[in-house]
Amino acid sequence: MKAIVQTEPKAAAERTEYQEFIVPVVNIFETKDGYALEAEMPGVNKDGLEITLEGNGITILGRRVAEPVNGELLLRERSAADYRRVFELDPAIDTSKISAKMEQGMLTLTLPKSEQVKPRKIIVSD
Amino acid sequence: MNLTRYQRSDLGWAGFGRLSSLRDELDRLFESPWSELARTSQLLSGWTPALDVHEDKDNFVVQAELPGMKREEIDVSLHDGALSISGERKVEKKYEEAEVYRTERFFGKFQRTVTLPAPVAADKVKAQYKDGVLTITLPKIEAAKPKQIDVNVN
Repeated sequence: MKAIVQTEPKAAAERTEYQEFIVPVVNIFETKDGYALEAEMPGVNKDGLEITLEGNGITILGRRVAEPVNGELLLRERSAADYRRVFELDPAIDTSKISAKMEQGMLTLTLPKSEQVKPRKIIVSD
Repeated sequence: MNLTRYQRSDLGWAGFGRLSSLRDELDRLFESPWSELARTSQLLSGWTPALDVHEDKDNFVVQAELPGMKREEIDVSLHDGALSISGERKVEKKYEEAEVYRTERFFGKFQRTVTLPAPVAADKVKAQYKDGVLTITLPKIEAAKPKQIDVNVN
């Protein structure tokens, strides 16, 4: 009887290399002036941060500071991977005014809304 | 037809190949956004910051991930050979009249305790909080350090 299951050998070239990233946790708030986004990326400092705007999306990439490991590992819960998360932006945001602040491994992104989008009172004239 | 059992030995080998690639797929599935599932266990136990513990011949080094906190919100204490890291992250009302879209960050109290396998000099413990990582270096007491013992042969 012939073998029922046949496997194709996986060519080494077929395997694609991919880098694993951790998804950082975020808090997102909206006020009438804009959005505020807080992302937790412990082990990342200002130099390791890469924020890219592409179309209507924003990509946050945080590269960890290289830590010299000395000695024997007794417990490991942290990951060595870098952080990455992509968000879709509300078109009301004025992308030229986006600002970022990095403090103790926490990124605070401020994304103000464009002036004309903010609710504004219209005065009725007689 | 023969009533002997069909020998699946060669089939089994091929089957393993398939199974291991399936497992690779599953591993990758759980590694990616589904790792959130692993974090749901934290919803029940509260916030437990990740720890790494290293040991070299002179020190123990404990690293805890505590992003976005202030130094005074973190408390480190050593008692009976057990290192305890605790603190509270208070909810700050930073934004006026804000609508909250997502809150994934943890707030509130946390505590992690690590029992050290060897005694340490409590007065020489150092703690540093940088880039959201708390690094605690605990020097071992002289007696606990590994020593070479010379063997004399008569």
